[in-house]
Amino acid sequence: MTDSVQRAAQTPDEAMPFAELGMKQDEYDRVKEILGRRPTGSELAIYSVMWSEHCSYKSSKVHLRQFATKAPKSEALLVGMGENAGVVDIGDGWAATFKIESHNHPSYVEPHQGAATGVGGIVRDIMSMGARPIAVMDALRFGGADAVDTRRVLPGVVEGISSYGNCLGLPNIGGEVVFDPCYIGNPLVNALCVGLLRKDQIKLATAPGPGNKVVLFGASTGPDGIGGASVLASATFEDESQAKRPAVQVGDPFMEKLLIECCLELYAADVVVGIQDLGAAGVSCATTELAAKGTGGMAVDLNLVPLRDPSLRPEEILMSESQERMMAVVRPDDIPAFLAVCEKWDVPATVIGEVTDTGRLVMTWDGEVIVDIPPGTAADDGPVYERPFHEPAGQVALNADTPDRLERPAGPADLRATLLKLLGSPNLASKEWVTGQYDRYVRSNTVLAQPADAGMVRISEVMEGAEPTTRGIALSTDGNGRYAKLDPYAGAQLALAEAYRNVAVTGAEPLAVTNCLNFGSPEDPEVMWQFAEATRGLADACRTLGVPVTGGNVSFYNQTGSTAIHPTPVVGVLGVIDDVAKRVPTGFVADGLRVVLLGDTSEEFGGSEWAHVEHRHLGGLPPQAVLEAEKALATVLVEAARRGLLEGSHDLSDGGLAIALAESCLARGVGATVELHGDAFTGLFSESASRALVVVRPESYEEFASLCGRHEVPCYGLGVTGGDSLVVKDVFEVPVEELRETHTAALPALFG
Amino acid sequence: MSATRVGVVTFPGTLDDQDAARAVGLVGAQAVPLWHADHDLKGVDAVFLPGGFSYGDYLRCGAISRFAPLMDELVPAAKAGLPVIGTCNGFQILCEAHLLPGALTRNASLHYVCRDQRLKVEQTATAWTGSFERDQEIVLPIKHGEGRYVASEDTLAALEAGGHVVFRYLGNPNGSLNDIAGIRNEAGNVVGLMPHPEHAVEDLVGAPSTDGLGIFTSVLKNLVNA
Repeated sequence: MTDSVQRAAQTPDEAMPFAELGMKQDEYDRVKEILGRRPTGSELAIYSVMWSEHCSYKSSKVHLRQFATKAPKSEALLVGMGENAGVVDIGDGWAATFKIESHNHPSYVEPHQGAATGVGGIVRDIMSMGARPIAVMDALRFGGADAVDTRRVLPGVVEGISSYGNCLGLPNIGGEVVFDPCYIGNPLVNALCVGLLRKDQIKLATAPGPGNKVVLFGASTGPDGIGGASVLASATFEDESQAKRPAVQVGDPFMEKLLIECCLELYAADVVVGIQDLGAAGVSCATTELAAKGTGGMAVDLNLVPLRDPSLRPEEILMSESQERMMAVVRPDDIPAFLAVCEKWDVPATVIGEVTDTGRLVMTWDGEVIVDIPPGTAADDGPVYERPFHEPAGQVALNADTPDRLERPAGPADLRATLLKLLGSPNLASKEWVTGQYDRYVRSNTVLAQPADAGMVRISEVMEGAEPTTRGIALSTDGNGRYAKLDPYAGAQLALAEAYRNVAVTGAEPLAVTNCLNFGSPEDPEVMWQFAEATRGLADACRTLGVPVTGGNVSFYNQTGSTAIHPTPVVGVLGVIDDVAKRVPTGFVADGLRVVLLGDTSEEFGGSEWAHVEHRHLGGLPPQAVLEAEKALATVLVEAARRGLLEGSHDLSDGGLAIALAESCLARGVGATVELHGDAFTGLFSESASRALVVVRPESYEEFASLCGRHEVPCYGLGVTGGDSLVVKDVFEVPVEELRETHTAALPALFG
Repeated sequence: MSATRVGVVTFPGTLDDQDAARAVGLVGAQAVPLWHADHDLKGVDAVFLPGGFSYGDYLRCGAISRFAPLMDELVPAAKAGLPVIGTCNGFQILCEAHLLPGALTRNASLHYVCRDQRLKVEQTATAWTGSFERDQEIVLPIKHGEGRYVASEDTLAALEAGGHVVFRYLGNPNGSLNDIAGIRNEAGNVVGLMPHPEHAVEDLVGAPSTDGLGIFTSVLKNLVNA
């Protein structure tokens, strides 16, 4: 029997399965108060998903506000937080929209589909801004590389990203692969997509104009991804519904590819008033959010939703997370043109309702009203929690346990062995095994891709009103859970600093930020402290560096039992380069160039890759984040690239100078001879921030050094490129071939 | 003389069509978009079938595409001598349409592979390889999950004896029999290969090589001389 509004009014005391849906008693009481009666099953379905942590950000909201209140002034920001993705002005009438989002839990349960649909979801977010998606990247974290379960999860995740992303025709231009035992039951799959649009063509998720039609298009709705599945197990619904449903969505990349082309043609035909993708919470989310941001009312006949499984109940239709679906608001006169474009691309499209001025979202099923709510109460007025937080009990001891006590390499032979051990360790080894499964060339705009410091694509899309441009965009994502565990405030800042630096070393000017905040349970005050510190650190750093947060995603509950992952804020930075021909390639590109180290090195080994690989040690404090130095370094790098002073570059991060030198040699098989001053171990393996390696022509050195001097960026000539070996004078010599062997053997040995 | 017109076919899931069109333009020819659902070759002088996933390729790669309306026009035209090249999914479609023998199956590694691949050009007597030197080594990117060329022993023997192997891998990436990367038909007007010449035509982007240009200059030269 259908639980209609009329029936709900008649049976006010009927028990509803709110607790099974993850809703608290006081939250349920609020729903009753809003509606002045008990909710129907369908209404409960809507409120339970819209007020879930995932959709409402109820635990994180109070902290995320800092990204807006502390935001630096930015003329580039066109659309900020709160929309499907942020949009920034990148010049010549172009805008870029980008966002990173997690799909952690599904990727643990079903690695292939979990990761694949993660890519699909973020791509639709970008499409719904009116943009053509132009590139993707993935920040991945797994348990120990040699752990049995990692051999299940990693190949599945990579294959899922590969099979879905490659089929969409989007180049995969970078990202990260990190291993740490803390992620063993909670792998992190954070997918980023960037899209391009004309800055006057931005689309928003809004449903204005009473009488305008609501169109659901794309895949049909099935029983997949019905979160928690609690509704189904409850006494109220189970008699009429199928029993167990798969909780992980299944992706169809071909349909997504059709949707991309279909949407772009719809935008070009100007037949879209508002648009929203269907992601988490499916139809519930799309209808409430569109209505809340528009005129305020919407009438929907749920019987019109095309179903893959005709036995689905309205509650299930509302909660289904079937992939590859979009919802558009279309003027009645434009409906024939809209449907014609969909037909051309073989994309099913159905008018399921219309915009009203009633201020109510009203849905019917078999002629009965089953939903009648003010849409804003579900979309915007969810609960907000000030969760208690306090510093973890062991934090002081953790910070006191510095790496000073760890045994260090004793002499040149040990230093050489340490370099090779680090270079061949899973976190620093070549990620070719992973990235070789992604198409990095499609669309023929890829200027830089893995293993470059940042991915870069040129802008060459053909869109109305666009003149040819020489511009390009660069993107990098970074994060270091060990640093954040030692100090979440500094850890978040270091993640931003590294992504910012990675963009700058390619010659692009960092412009804006997206973030994916991966943490344990917000109900644990110690985790909440980590979250509060990390958001505070990131917001402060964004202000200092002048790059606003444009959007992102929070993923809580990444924990097994009471053991949470390291707090892992992953930060993506987008930059712009005026002329892609002036991009700086990674590493040593030719013989006879001066090797120059920028930035100062101090003895900083807390959370370092050396301490991790050599001693399995995590303690002390992470490197200092000196943001002014970071800013000055970026200014020098961007200006030097613009003047054509840099032949190659590479950022210094995990593993320090030693790894940066080795990777620079490996980029094109060009060796180098360098000399260190001071303690060789610190010089080679310290992870001090705000440093980069560049190579310049000898005749350009003076001009470059004076540019550094003007911006107070320390600049040290280390030596010269050339030969077949990496030679660190008086310390060691390693043939480039030996470096390559070590660097490339690790992952294939682990994963086949 | 008006510009040579090279048709570039788009199926719903085609991915490398704009790349191919750009490459056609770079050598001074005109790219003409051809839509899979049309019975119309628009009078083009040659046809490029680019890579992608044509109709999703959940069945066998290219298995549905051979039945596309456009293919009803393309197959007889190719048999009558129209220069046609298929790369990656395009190669798979040419095999499914029986314009070329053999088939492309799952890579021996079972993984999709994207890398810059060394190849040897063994045949220059085709509509698409006249600009290369015989036995020239070139680098083109490959990016496919199903690129392992297979054929019966008789077919392989005939390909080898007839000089129909056009490109051979140097360092076999996918388990292709006889290291075959690309082949031609008897007449030499139809060529199929797994590597992507359209991603190796500019210094700034794509593979670290511009060897792909040779494919496009070859067909131009061939048409002008014809």
